[in-house]
Amino acid sequence: MPPAMLADTALAESAVTVSIPHSTTPTILLIACGALAREILAVIECNGLTGMALECLPATLHNRPEHIPEAVREKIRAARGRGIETVHVVYADCGTGGRLDRVCEEEGVTRIAGPHCYAFFDGLDDFAARADEEIGAFFLTDFLARQFETLIWKGMGMDRHPDLRDLYFAHYDRVVYLAQTDDPALDAKARAAADRLGLRYERRKTGYGALADFVQRAASSGC
Amino acid sequence: MSDEEDDIVLSELSNEELVQQMHDDLYDGLKDEILEGVNILLERGWAPYKVLTEALVEGMRIVGIDFRDGILFVPEVLLAANAMKAGMGILKPLLAETGAPKQGKMVIGTVKGDIHDIGKNLVSMMMEGAGFEVVDLGINNPAENYLEALEKEDADILGMSALLTTTMPYMKVVIDELKAKGVRDNYVVLVGGAPLNEEFGKAIGADAYCRDAAVAVETAKEYMSQRMHNQ
Repeated sequence: MPPAMLADTALAESAVTVSIPHSTTPTILLIACGALAREILAVIECNGLTGMALECLPATLHNRPEHIPEAVREKIRAARGRGIETVHVVYADCGTGGRLDRVCEEEGVTRIAGPHCYAFFDGLDDFAARADEEIGAFFLTDFLARQFETLIWKGMGMDRHPDLRDLYFAHYDRVVYLAQTDDPALDAKARAAADRLGLRYERRKTGYGALADFVQRAASSGC
Repeated sequence: MSDEEDDIVLSELSNEELVQQMHDDLYDGLKDEILEGVNILLERGWAPYKVLTEALVEGMRIVGIDFRDGILFVPEVLLAANAMKAGMGILKPLLAETGAPKQGKMVIGTVKGDIHDIGKNLVSMMMEGAGFEVVDLGINNPAENYLEALEKEDADILGMSALLTTTMPYMKVVIDELKAKGVRDNYVVLVGGAPLNEEFGKAIGADAYCRDAAVAVETAKEYMSQRMHNQ
């Protein structure tokens, strides 16, 4: 799928192969969560990186994280079958409790460090340092702000049963929108999401954080 | 529900039909219908314990199986749990009056740094339904909370829950603290939560990892029966 046609709904619900400009014969594969596709592409385009392919798994896998490790393994093996030896995984641990790391180790690939994408956007050390203070924070990224309705409101059944909101979010006190880009429309969406959840709102500009370094290092790994 | 089901008058059903209907209503998360069903069975002279086990716990067991098999998802399980909780609200004081088999006592809580309690609450409810006395410490518990409660309550079982990869290692801190105080073997330690697995449970020194509420109940029963046998 060409970058311009990347649809959030497809990234949320389907496995998507993203065409990268100037990468007609890629030797490096990034296997990523659909929630990171646009951000990875932005880093690639911004830095003029070449020789890379990007395959995304559905972002909805986060609702059943136990399925993530084997889905990633399948992608790695399929890539090896096509002759692509250099593979990097752009998933945080994402609630797999170390099982994704085991798959990466067994398959001989690297993974971006961190427990959640929030952490690598925010900066791993800063995120960890704020853990106590932000224990009640529900994090949104650009993707999640755009997909709040589909992935969170509907995905968690609150469209059908609004009472569930108070069960899920009883102990949360705020929404923290970790913004990758400066987009007033997304800011408004994130604020509206916080209102809907009955939580106070904070916005923190993070940019692409450690994702930018990881993708750039991945680009040079095939040399 | 279909229109046909909407026309069902619970009070006109036989006991067997009513219990079956309550299983369906629990599955559909229909709190008002569960409350009505519980009251009808009690009026018909059913012992509170029989209502609890045959109508509610059995219904929730079916919900648990379909959750495990990927047929039901978290929202549906929560609605079912809410309906069961409402039914238990009627039964609990009656169970205390009439007496019900006591299985043991559990102290349970979500670990320090973690505010997620949906799974823990489900386990608490199912354990109570199975005849365990449950002391729920809530969320974000440091080790000392668990240790104090275990001693004060003279508990048999410690249950710890975590939803985050970053908070699950704290379970080992609690278990190590129990060891340091020389009381680890006084308790059965059960752990659970989405990112955990059996290997992690073993690695931190828990007695068992429980992948869901139904497994927690069965595991707790097995350990309590072993304890009784060894006494």
